[in-house]
Amino acid sequence: MASKAEILAQAERLHAFFRNAGADPVQAAILQPADTLLDLYGEDIRARAYVTADAARGEQMLRPDFTVPVVQMHMQAGGDPARYTYCGEVFRRQERDPNRPNEYIQVGYELFGGENPAEADAEVFALFSEVLSPLGLRAATGDIGLLLAAIGGLSTTPKRKAALRRHVWRPRRFRALLDRFGGRAPVPEARKRLLAEIEAKGGAAILDAAGPEIGLRSRADVAARLETLVQDAAEPPISAAEVELLDDMLSIRETCPNALAHMRDIAVDLPAIAPALDLLEARLEALEGQGIDVDLLDFEASYGRTTMEYYDGFVFGFYAETRPDLPPVASGGRYDALTRILGQGRAVPAVGGVIRPELVLALTREGGQ
Amino acid sequence: MTLKLGVPSKGRLMDKTFDWFAGHGVNIRRTGSEREYSGAVEGIAGVELVLLSAGEIPRELAAGRIHLGVTGSDLVQERIADWETRVVALEPMGFGYADLVIAVPRCWADVDTLDDLDAAAAAFRAAHGHRLRIATKYHRLVREFLREAGVADYQLVDSQGATEGTVKNLTAEAIADITSTGETLRANHLKILSDGLIHRSQATLFKARAANWDGAAHDSFRALAARLGLDA
Repeated sequence: MASKAEILAQAERLHAFFRNAGADPVQAAILQPADTLLDLYGEDIRARAYVTADAARGEQMLRPDFTVPVVQMHMQAGGDPARYTYCGEVFRRQERDPNRPNEYIQVGYELFGGENPAEADAEVFALFSEVLSPLGLRAATGDIGLLLAAIGGLSTTPKRKAALRRHVWRPRRFRALLDRFGGRAPVPEARKRLLAEIEAKGGAAILDAAGPEIGLRSRADVAARLETLVQDAAEPPISAAEVELLDDMLSIRETCPNALAHMRDIAVDLPAIAPALDLLEARLEALEGQGIDVDLLDFEASYGRTTMEYYDGFVFGFYAETRPDLPPVASGGRYDALTRILGQGRAVPAVGGVIRPELVLALTREGGQ
Repeated sequence: MTLKLGVPSKGRLMDKTFDWFAGHGVNIRRTGSEREYSGAVEGIAGVELVLLSAGEIPRELAAGRIHLGVTGSDLVQERIADWETRVVALEPMGFGYADLVIAVPRCWADVDTLDDLDAAAAAFRAAHGHRLRIATKYHRLVREFLREAGVADYQLVDSQGATEGTVKNLTAEAIADITSTGETLRANHLKILSDGLIHRSQATLFKARAANWDGAAHDSFRALAARLGLDA
């Protein structure tokens, strides 16, 4: 087991590497306001982060990552483009496995702005690939933007698409929705009864009979959703052919060039993904320009769907294949949408990633033995 | 060492616990004055009765400071992270029944399932600018249940009592609380989601994995288990 001093020395080496690559070193407070993180990530963050409180500031969290404070800092004062690197502790509750550290160092690199997203994606990935190259890790890549584009291209209502997009990060829920919208899962009995009742008596009569109006969710809110249910019931199911295309796409696990070719085939019937595929192709070219052998690089279409829900484009991770027990040594991706949420209307393209130096150190030593 | 048996120190839960043990041929009773928290187990050597607040029994079990404890399964699952690795549920005791459920205002004619709750939460957040609030004191159980079900756009707000009133008081939009008959929910114009049963709780005899199970404690446990008819 490496000492904290050894891990910090390793972290400093990685931090210096990113500084030499042109990134400005930045810091972030350890205590972060809980409401921002909660609003962003939802209740799940409570299971992962340490929450504390005082009377003056209310709930605070020990930072679970640097992304949010770095984005906030950039949205207030950053130039374009801007490259940042940071190095410091993050804190994660470990309720399931006490052997996993609840405090560890992250070294990160984030790139904001710039003209060309494909070049920016490639720049970030290539830096991580270079600094990790002595470890012989397996790199996994994916693209959440492709999935979002595929959903956007389905022949169905904007509401159904929004519901599917919202659950891209919850694969089981996504599957259940797709089965329902595709007519593969039956309409629940209670829903059928409700729809029949609305048709017989009208929504207003149902609301009158339902009970006194209490709480912030108003009668108008309920009426609006009843209306949505009626409209949705009148919609034809998403065609089996389209569901199949989406399933086919979600199951892709191939090398990047093969995955691209496979998805070009899919795009013949689902043309909405073509722009996202052009971006993928441009990214692969940019990666080659950075000296990455994309013929050997894996692409998994569903990669990144079970992580925290802010990546919305390119995603990547580096894994030690000899140590499947370890979490990824490094991971990252593009999070344009997060900058829009935290930038109060302003958005900046952003891509970045983090490395865990204690894992780099452990694997370096293992390799040396 | 002495086998420590933790039981609830007051109220109906204590009485029913004593009745259950008596019904299984083991007399346990309080000793000393009415107000003194001490007790005794008759007929089995090396067993010490520890009277505790039912809410503290999970913590004492998890830490292994008592060998056995009687408390609600809801409290154990709520308060002990990864509870199955820390305690063993030896025997459900058939009293102290309570269901932990998700309930929403009855006026939500559009909401019957978790699926509906999720869709309503998304629309609510878009319309009202904040997540749909669910009042509860069972944070862990509710969060895990909703994560499992893939419900998003909600937040939990803490409510340690009178939870059914939070909706009317506009501090929450829905609740997750224990109910036995549903009477209080109905009186507060709330209804239970048809798939909103999170946990069916009852008083349960638990065994602590982390306690000091030396020879003497183990022998006492064997004797007690035999008398109680537990296959342990």
